[in-house]
Amino acid sequence: MKSTIQFIILFALWLLLTWSVQLADIIAGIVISILAVALMGDIFTGKMYRILNPIRLFWMVVYIPYLFLYIILANLDVAYRVINPAMPIRPGIVRFKTNLKSEIGKTFLANSITLTPGTLTVDIIGDEFFVHWINVRCDGDSEKQGEIIAGKFERILGRIFE
Amino acid sequence: MSDTIAHILISIGVLFDLLGCVGLVRLPDVYNRLQAATKCVTLGTCMILIGVLVLVGFNALGIKAVICMVFVLLTSPTSAHALARGSHKAGVPLWPDSVTDKYKERKGAEK
Repeated sequence: MKSTIQFIILFALWLLLTWSVQLADIIAGIVISILAVALMGDIFTGKMYRILNPIRLFWMVVYIPYLFLYIILANLDVAYRVINPAMPIRPGIVRFKTNLKSEIGKTFLANSITLTPGTLTVDIIGDEFFVHWINVRCDGDSEKQGEIIAGKFERILGRIFE
Repeated sequence: MSDTIAHILISIGVLFDLLGCVGLVRLPDVYNRLQAATKCVTLGTCMILIGVLVLVGFNALGIKAVICMVFVLLTSPTSAHALARGSHKAGVPLWPDSVTDKYKERKGAEK
């Protein structure tokens, strides 16, 4: 079951990349997809099919434009700090706890944090996130910092992956 | 019309890439530089790829641009974590004016 889904995803990707329906290309795609699943299958997450649930899919569709909005804000923010001659930065590594449990949820949260304003995930230990923040606010209040950095994503990601 | 939009998108993308590079030069330490490198360069590259998509439409080239965008969005933050974590483990210090380093405290507590 798991391998089949992986095979279908990889093969679809191959078809999109080659963009041809000639027999030779398709056979090569099948062979390479099978090889990739056989060699690397363990690395892929096993529960990807859970995303096919319509409610999860709906939140995923909501999440992507939401993330894009924050990516654009992030860029304007960093661009402003870079251009400003005074360079208003106040960097530091802060720590906060997440309530997401699944590995893939944490992965998505970590990547979203990295892509959004002034924050970069350095490491995850258990449920603790260590985030480099270019402009630290609320010194010493780990919960509030977590809310500012991750709160907005956590709620949607919780609906998608938990 | 779509040519104009595509060229505007590509120009904005190049501008963000340029800002990312300025950030690489101006910001003080490796972690701050990674911030500029991941954010500006991710959006800049994505906008260039969207521009390519608008320019050529949904054909072999356009689809490749979309797939590249997905891969850039997935791999760029991941490589940034890897670089930041690796630098921290290798003992690269934070900028002296940094406010706090909870990660170091945690690592110190483990030892």
